[in-house]
Amino acid sequence: MTVREALNSALDEEMSADPKVFLMGEEVGEYQGAYKISKGLLDKYGPERVLDTPITEAGFTGIGVGAAYYGLRPIVEFMTFNFAMQAIDHIINSAAKSNYMSAGQMNVPIVFRGPNGAAAGVGAQHSHCYAAWYGSCPGLKVLTPYSSEDARGLLKAAIRDPDPVIFLENELLYGESFPVSAEALDSSFCLPIGKAKIEREGRDVTITAFSKMVGHSLKAAEILEKEGISAEVINLRSIRPLDRATINASVQKTNRLVTVEEGFPQHGVGAEICATIVEDSFGYLDAPVERIAGADVPMPYAANLERMAVPQVEDIVRAAKRVCHRSVPLAAAA
Amino acid sequence: MAFCMRISRNFIHTLKSKVGFFRRDLTPWLTSPCVQIFENPDPILQTNVTRFTSRRFESIKAEEQCSSADHAQVLDFPGGKVAFTPQMEFLSESPEVRSPCYRVLDEYGLSIEHSSFAEVSKEVAIKMYSDMVTLQTMDTIFYEAQRQGRMSFYVTTIGEEAINIASAAALSISDIVVPQYREPGVLLWRGFSLQEFANQCFGNKGDNGKGRQMPAHYGSNKHNYFTIASTIATQLPHAVGAAYSLKMDKKDACVATYFGDGGSSEGDFHAALNFAAVLEAPVIFICRNNGWAISTPLSDQFRSDGIVVRGKAYGVRSIRVDGNDALAMYSAVHAARKMAISESRPILIEALTYRVGHHTTSDDSTKYRSADEIECWRVKRDPVSRFRKWIESNGWWCDETEMELRSSVRKQLLHAIQVAEQAEKPPIRDLFTDVYDVPPANLCEQEKLLKETIKRYPQEYPAHVSV
Repeated sequence: MTVREALNSALDEEMSADPKVFLMGEEVGEYQGAYKISKGLLDKYGPERVLDTPITEAGFTGIGVGAAYYGLRPIVEFMTFNFAMQAIDHIINSAAKSNYMSAGQMNVPIVFRGPNGAAAGVGAQHSHCYAAWYGSCPGLKVLTPYSSEDARGLLKAAIRDPDPVIFLENELLYGESFPVSAEALDSSFCLPIGKAKIEREGRDVTITAFSKMVGHSLKAAEILEKEGISAEVINLRSIRPLDRATINASVQKTNRLVTVEEGFPQHGVGAEICATIVEDSFGYLDAPVERIAGADVPMPYAANLERMAVPQVEDIVRAAKRVCHRSVPLAAAA
Repeated sequence: MAFCMRISRNFIHTLKSKVGFFRRDLTPWLTSPCVQIFENPDPILQTNVTRFTSRRFESIKAEEQCSSADHAQVLDFPGGKVAFTPQMEFLSESPEVRSPCYRVLDEYGLSIEHSSFAEVSKEVAIKMYSDMVTLQTMDTIFYEAQRQGRMSFYVTTIGEEAINIASAAALSISDIVVPQYREPGVLLWRGFSLQEFANQCFGNKGDNGKGRQMPAHYGSNKHNYFTIASTIATQLPHAVGAAYSLKMDKKDACVATYFGDGGSSEGDFHAALNFAAVLEAPVIFICRNNGWAISTPLSDQFRSDGIVVRGKAYGVRSIRVDGNDALAMYSAVHAARKMAISESRPILIEALTYRVGHHTTSDDSTKYRSADEIECWRVKRDPVSRFRKWIESNGWWCDETEMELRSSVRKQLLHAIQVAEQAEKPPIRDLFTDVYDVPPANLCEQEKLLKETIKRYPQEYPAHVSV
């Protein structure tokens, strides 16, 4: 099942199960979704539950939040999270903080979803990763699915959750296909929010990653295996709450850590993971933590430059080797 | 014109049948002399003259036909039918005459001749007046309390009592109120007690807001009044979302949302009005145009004829009302509510008024406007005394009842402040709750640690705060 199909089926099932759930966003209806994620939903549920909105992220996000205040369960789709910056006041000030500010009188069961991070050749204003931005805000839950199972289980959990959830998808993953268990295909399937998944067990080094970088990390682990390094790959799944227990347990086992993310390095997800390891597993570390992140530049467009600005499998392999004290030239192979 | 020479007769016939739905027939244009030249002559035109003569013969008629046809020319653009005009004319940036303001009581509180307004019973009128007095007194006393250092901050509604109370009176309790922050009167009308107001301002354990917010940021689900946020105009799209939800649920209710002249500059105002019209949401947008956005006067805020004209731009029915005329406000909101619900449409009400008080207690408005101007509005144009004159003229009120009310309210308020000031602050556990639906592990852990620390070192923590 492709990630696209997984998301579509999750939306369909949740909308079918609860009449309060509705979808709104640009191009979600007639166009079947900018990335075809909402294909068929307009025909099935009608224009009252699949709303094509005018081009005003701030406007329709505010409206979605208002509907949530009233008691409906909106799913607000952003064409990409880059555009959600126009709506970030409503996401943070109207959604995330409302339950607290109103002392529990106004809860906001809303889901904000859409592609996040780099795609291919879309330039600086379409490639920003917001995981760290939203991950720092209390009141929000932030999810980053990787596989189709992740997509189904986490989106269903997000829609059922009474709190505002930021659901960060990835455009390049939409078309990727993953095997899905029979359990995952069941309409009641749900993944817990706040639990990471150990995609591959290992003994020598822990690699944490989320979204597209999980795929890169798994490929890196295979390369490392051939060189005698057994890497444990953790798919974070949830940026907020972060599954600190699983990460710490893993590092306490392997004693070495490489964090991988697509976004900018400063104040990134890796920085938070480093801090949590230092706080809880300092004595277990045999080497300093290595952070792999996107280059500290706005994303360039040219293919060769873009390739150098986003973490590649080789970068992860090199970092794992460095953390295992095998010296490798630092210069990236272009 | 070249291509239309090739129009075949069949095509003209098809077009003729299709143009039937246009009010004016386009046929004269389609069978103009030019077309005749290359086609078989129209049976109506029986002459078989040369091109020139037929043209000349036609031209007089054609001119009349064309000029009448020109006025009749409409074309279907994607946005609908629009008539053409050969005169180049720019729409003026300002109207010759500004939109008139609906008013029912004159400045002496007497009802204007031939005015139309909704009936208000003695009971409702007295409650309206009493609540206006209560609001005015609460503002005076709470403001003083802030100045004395007993309260950290306060927002007065002085000068806008009529907007607050009259609009609230015209709504029903099932209508959702989505306020900005200068509408405590609406909550007062709905039954929020003076003690509850004081509790919120002092952030004590009686505050239904659990001490989470600055003073004057009230909210109450019980009274169908969304909790106030400090952000400007964000409540407008919220109101539209809530109204759309009401419509989906087919409730016999609408949403009333308030904002100021300054708030109308925000992007959210545009999105909200636009959306409300498109979604056909039952929402009443009430603009308190009080002349000032902190220190920004209207001339620096916008150049349109106020806010009422913007309704038309969005396809929203709108009205301008004298915000200091309680009866006019009541009538306008009463009518707006009916339209909003029965026709499922948004309504925009621009209530003209004046912000007599400072923006908040953090502002000193004499720094940017004359004290005389403020005084004039405070005394001569007071909406409260104006309404008093009306109820007195009906024999429903007198000096005695006035004195009784004012002294009673004052006493209650002073008592409420005293109680609120001395009450315990919210328990420490309220620091950690409501971030999420279920408290997350990290906060539970931190709360536990904090409790233990307080237990171990009680002298380091304030005594009158429970855990």
